[in-house]
Amino acid sequence: MIEQPRMVKICDIWDESPSVKTFFFKFDLHFDPGQFVMVWIPLLDEKPFTISYIRNDLMGVSVLKRGMFTNALHNKKIGDMIGIRGPYGKGFGLQTNPDFCVVGGGIGMASLATVVDRLNDATIIQGARTASEILYQKRFKDMNLCTDDGTTGFKGTTVDLFRKLLTRRRFQKVYACGPEKMLYKVVELCRNHGIECEVSLDRYIKCGFGVCGQCDCSGQRVCVDGPVFNIKELSKMKDFGKVTILKTGARVVY
Amino acid sequence: MKLSVNVCNIRLSNPTILASGILGTTKALLKRVAESGAGAVTIKSVSTEPREGHKNPTVITFDAGMLNAVGYSNPGVVAAAKEFASLQDVGVPVIASVIGTQKEDFVRVVAGLSGSEFSAIEIPLSCPHTPGFGLLAGQGTPQATFDITSAVRKATELPIFVKLSPNIPEICAVAKAAEDAGANAITAVNSMGPGMIINIEAQKPILSFKVGGVTGDALRPIAIRCVYDLYKAVKIPVIGVGGISTGRHAIEMIMAGASAVGIGTGVYYRGIEVFKRVCEEMTLWMEENGFDDVNKIRGVAHD
Ligand SMILES: Cc1cc2nc3c(=O)[nH]c(=O)nc-3n(C[C@H](O)[C@H](O)[C@H](O)COP(=O)(O)OP(=O)(O)OC[C@H]3O[C@@H](n4cnc5c(N)ncnc54)[C@H](O)[C@@H]3O)c2cc1C
Ligand SMILES: Cc1cc2nc3c(=O)[nH]c(=O)nc-3n(C[C@H](O)[C@H](O)[C@H](O)COP(=O)(O)O)c2cc1C
Repeated sequence: MIEQPRMVKICDIWDESPSVKTFFFKFDLHFDPGQFVMVWIPLLDEKPFTISYIRNDLMGVSVLKRGMFTNALHNKKIGDMIGIRGPYGKGFGLQTNPDFCVVGGGIGMASLATVVDRLNDATIIQGARTASEILYQKRFKDMNLCTDDGTTGFKGTTVDLFRKLLTRRRFQKVYACGPEKMLYKVVELCRNHGIECEVSLDRYIKCGFGVCGQCDCSGQRVCVDGPVFNIKELSKMKDFGKVTILKTGARVVY
Repeated sequence: MKLSVNVCNIRLSNPTILASGILGTTKALLKRVAESGAGAVTIKSVSTEPREGHKNPTVITFDAGMLNAVGYSNPGVVAAAKEFASLQDVGVPVIASVIGTQKEDFVRVVAGLSGSEFSAIEIPLSCPHTPGFGLLAGQGTPQATFDITSAVRKATELPIFVKLSPNIPEICAVAKAAEDAGANAITAVNSMGPGMIINIEAQKPILSFKVGGVTGDALRPIAIRCVYDLYKAVKIPVIGVGGISTGRHAIEMIMAGASAVGIGTGVYYRGIEVFKRVCEEMTLWMEENGFDDVNKIRGVAHD
């Protein structure tokens, strides 16, 4: 394989929330839920995004407007070209047992969306700052929602809601993605309840194929050894929930 | 079968070394590479101040290797000294890679890292794609190499490896200048070029810096030639780097005269296990060809 971006045309753009848009493009690749692609805007930058949709022969990435690059992406129109390379990383280990739950915080829900597509009867917990930021409201029915400001669903965090659910439900497996503080607590809860758990981590990614060392988390390369890790792997990763690494390589405490 | 080698009195259990800039960003990754069989490891180059490096894409591949312009992203010497503390945990010798825009910077970084248990200091005077450093700062001339190496010599007792560019026709003169200034080994070579790859649909170069150093298979014949020439030109050991990803490549490099071999792009071709695999393949080849000690094949390609 040659690690170079291929130019594709943006075929469709959906507004998912005031700050999240999904960009659809044709890309004939096989991929597992949780894997990501590198999106390139020539002369600007190139950044990682998880595939959040497969719609017929189209793939989509849902992008939260955050800084320079994602703002530039949000300004793209249908028909504009972007570069794609990938898919990269190890995705979620899907099992067909019915008792599973996905816990998505903020844009983390994008990484879990294709897990929900592949598995029926998922219990979904989604948390957002406020009602308008909840993603995929039409796509997924019966989500357990929570917001920081209580404008929809439970007022509180996904962790609170998950804990509440655990008092009356049993799950065999949990898939989670979101802020790492949240993931850390979800993993703790799962460990205490004897539930299998896989989470998708976020680290600054450059090459995407395991050579530059930028996305290290305690000796694991998030781009190829992850981004999805299970409880057993996470228990050996001291940085999980505690330390991330900036673009310079400097370590910062969460 | 004896694979262990001695480079400047540093004992390596086998001749493979992780090249600088590949995975050497954290102590945890160095440890993992050591556990995957490397005889020694090199950290990603460290400068006085933190650097973000170039924007992405910074590393891409092509049919015959890799093109990179990472731009020396690193957290700066203060953070690096913290990251690379208690290096005995890594389990193999660790080489510090030190960069600077002027000789005073090299000295400052070497001083900043002096509390860590590094086994040697490598100074790349040869990067082809980072403004202010290496070739783009004129560090690859015999005079500049002599000056910088002399300054670092005064600042440390550790062995100094001077890393050279394959681009320079007078590579042997540069190596001699390093040797005269007190270098203990030559690392040859850094990436070549720079080169460029254009995406014809985007009609633009892919790397954000537009140009980048060429490594991997495309570099190997050039690296072999450089090491072959250097083996005769200097008395100090030569560490051969460039395009090595199999045991046969490593044997070839050692036959050219290398005392040890650096592996970078090979990590992409064959995963982190490349070090173990290269050693296994070397062992097999030596068995089949009647050698019992890797030190006995060093330089045999010479007349
Ligand atoms: C495996 C993985 C999958 C991701 N999937 C999605 C997704 O589906 N949708 C989405 O909106 N976002 C996703 N992200 C995060 C996304 O890459 C960043 O939000 C984006 O790069 C921000 O760029 P910016 O220039 O707009 O913002 P900046 O201002 O440059 O950065 C804002 C923040 O984004 C993060 N970030 C910046 N660059 C990178 C990078 N190269 N790698 C990782 N994090 C970075 C940093 O935490 C930074 O603080 C994913 C990240 C990873 C690691
Ligand atoms: C992604 C990447 C980053 C590199 N960064 C550095 C660096 O920071 N310092 C350095 O001295 N050499 C750096 N190099 C050069 C390598 O150490 C090595 O000399 C070169 O890649 C040739 O070996 P190879 O063909 O085995 O990769 C880098 C190479 C690559 C591919």
